[in-house]
Amino acid sequence: MENNVTIDRGILDRKTKIKRFFVKNMVTIMFIILSYIGFHYSGLSVPFFMSELITRFARNGFLVLALIIPVMAGMGLNFAIVLGAMAGQMGIIMVVHWGITGVPGVLLCVLLSTPLAIIFGFLTGKLLNKTKGQEMITSLILGFFANGIYQFIFLILVGSVIPMVNEEMILSSGVGLRVTIALNDTIRYALDDVWRFSFIHTVLIATIIFLIIYAVKLYKMKKGETADAPTDKSKTYFNLGVVVALLAVTLGVMFSESRINDLQVPMITFAIIGVLCLFTYFLSKTKLGQDLRTVGQDRHIAKVSGINSDGIRVLAIVLSTLLAAYGQIIYLQNLGTLSTYGSHEQVGMFAIAALLIGGASVTKATIGQAVLGTILFHTLFIVSPLAGRNLFGDAQLGEYFRAFVAYGVIGLSLAMHAWKKYLQSKDELGM
Amino acid sequence: MTEKAMSFSTAWKSFYAKAGLPRIVIGVFFIFLNIVSIVIGISFGSLMTDVIIRALMNMILVLAMVPGIRSGIGLNFGLPLGILCGLLGGVISIELDFTGAMGFLMAILIAIPFAIIVGIAYGWLLNRVKGSEMMVATYVGFSAVSLMSIGWMLLPLNAPEMAWPMGMGVRTTISLEGRFNHILNDFWRFPTGDMDLSFGGFEIPTGLILFVSFMLFVMWVINRSKMGIAMKTVGANPKFATASGLNVNFYRMFGTVLSTVFGAIGILVYAQSFGFLQLYLAPMFMGFAAVAGVLIGGANVRDANISHVIIGTFLFQGLLVIALPVANNIMTLGSLAEITRLVVSNGIILYALTQVTGGD
Repeated sequence: MENNVTIDRGILDRKTKIKRFFVKNMVTIMFIILSYIGFHYSGLSVPFFMSELITRFARNGFLVLALIIPVMAGMGLNFAIVLGAMAGQMGIIMVVHWGITGVPGVLLCVLLSTPLAIIFGFLTGKLLNKTKGQEMITSLILGFFANGIYQFIFLILVGSVIPMVNEEMILSSGVGLRVTIALNDTIRYALDDVWRFSFIHTVLIATIIFLIIYAVKLYKMKKGETADAPTDKSKTYFNLGVVVALLAVTLGVMFSESRINDLQVPMITFAIIGVLCLFTYFLSKTKLGQDLRTVGQDRHIAKVSGINSDGIRVLAIVLSTLLAAYGQIIYLQNLGTLSTYGSHEQVGMFAIAALLIGGASVTKATIGQAVLGTILFHTLFIVSPLAGRNLFGDAQLGEYFRAFVAYGVIGLSLAMHAWKKYLQSKDELGM
Repeated sequence: MTEKAMSFSTAWKSFYAKAGLPRIVIGVFFIFLNIVSIVIGISFGSLMTDVIIRALMNMILVLAMVPGIRSGIGLNFGLPLGILCGLLGGVISIELDFTGAMGFLMAILIAIPFAIIVGIAYGWLLNRVKGSEMMVATYVGFSAVSLMSIGWMLLPLNAPEMAWPMGMGVRTTISLEGRFNHILNDFWRFPTGDMDLSFGGFEIPTGLILFVSFMLFVMWVINRSKMGIAMKTVGANPKFATASGLNVNFYRMFGTVLSTVFGAIGILVYAQSFGFLQLYLAPMFMGFAAVAGVLIGGANVRDANISHVIIGTFLFQGLLVIALPVANNIMTLGSLAEITRLVVSNGIILYALTQVTGGD
């Protein structure tokens, strides 16, 4: 009798657990389904799709990861990474003007944009400290405002007040930069081309490494060396299963004639993204990461425990802006054309939409969510115009749908978060 | 002598505190542009005509901010919702083949029920996201505009000036020529010169002035009615309002609906003067201009009234109208007006945001 009851409870627990999992990850699951449907109707071949996805992930991954630190500090989604992107572009403009090419060119971009991004981040942080509780709308409007200043500098001051002579970059009137600046002869693919390696071999090596990691972990668990909870054990089993399945697929592809075998990965770009992942991970383990989280959870507690919460907040924004500047340089060296007045505009929105699609919220964002979100969001980017054309006979429709998805997911996630917060405050007041 | 100087300095200080630095800068800049425009010999009469028309055609959109702010939802960045309803009204009016004043009137009458329904839904949402209304509203506006872009492509509209000759969907901009183009601007316009307003010297668009005044009067009456006063109480102090037995959520919703309806009417007034209905992505950032307008007039996130609307719209739109020819005369750059718009409108919004909480 008693046994029965416990079993029932076990089943119930599992049921509620599964339900909770689905509710919590609703957005992500919806997007996986949506992406699959879109892919199906786009009629794209798998190898082509994969190559697009690899390119887009290398391009955008860094920018999405730049958003995580301010979320940790409780400042929400930092729309002001637009300012970081501007700093990156300023570096690129100077480097292209001086005609420095290749890897040195990119390194100089990084060097030049660093102080700019630190200044921009510092000012943004100061402003956000004056508008606590409204950080997101402030950072959004600040992005628009900074865009005005940016246009003023590069459309009006350059050539008239700031001396600059460069026929290829300046408009024929002698004042203002051209609308698009080609990076073909300077820094295009500077990072990507350093080392390109076969995609399938990269996956193979990665899966083998993970296989060893999980096998060792499991072996230790069996021996009872770690005091992990049983859920961790089942999680490890699950991960191990995924890795084994991935390995099987990889091997299957390798021995087939599929064109996936021809795909290449820009290793350095991916390595940089990997380093940022590790940096963010280790940052969250340090004293600083602890402080960031404390400030994010409760500024008053932070104050009591002697943390300079305003300073921490400024630091979080400076880091985010700096990373965004580097992210924009990575993005543009791959894209190959700098749209002088447009490249930075959508950066914040697209990165934020990607992060949210990965399952992040205004108060919690992880590296895994950033990676998954980037993959899903850009899957949708690749497939939706084609799916729109094949389903409704118009590619434009797919593009509007894509815009709607990006805006909608941000709106939905903000609304759900605000609603939760409102309900909590109501509970606290006992209303 | 010193006393006089003292009183002047205190008067300046109180004015400075009340107006705030950005507004003073904008005001001085406006006056400066006016002087420059006279010095470089731009026809003052036609310029002023442009200023009046531009200000009046935008004024109802700015006026739509007032009920939102007064009812406590803050700056209504979700104004595109109302604008979309107005555009829908305009499109349906054309599809039903109404012309002239009837076309304009029908557009408004068709738009209002849509605006009320949308406003109720929008108000319901805003009542659930108290404290984050502005951010949520912004993205609700953005997603509504992009969703409606899909809508514009799928709507079965067949009037020749709207449908593409081939393919699907409505045109990006719909000319109102032969429908209700300039229906208000040309009503009792004097002196009736030729159609080209920009070179016709100084003219008064009587119809536009009358209609906008009427709308301002309607808002004035609403603000002074029992509902308006209750709304203001709810916005100013929700706890006090609850204690005095007012239904906070109801009055917030009332303010939201009003704001949406005024947004719908506002875009039609704008369109009849502009000559085109702009669909698809055009309404995306119209909310920001309206927000900036009311803020420049002296409103803040908690309080706004009709004088703020009038002053702000004239100052902001006047600035943009005059900046264009002045910039073109000094150096041939068309983009300066656009840059001015970006910096001024977003600068004033940032300023207003820093005034809300001011840290803790």
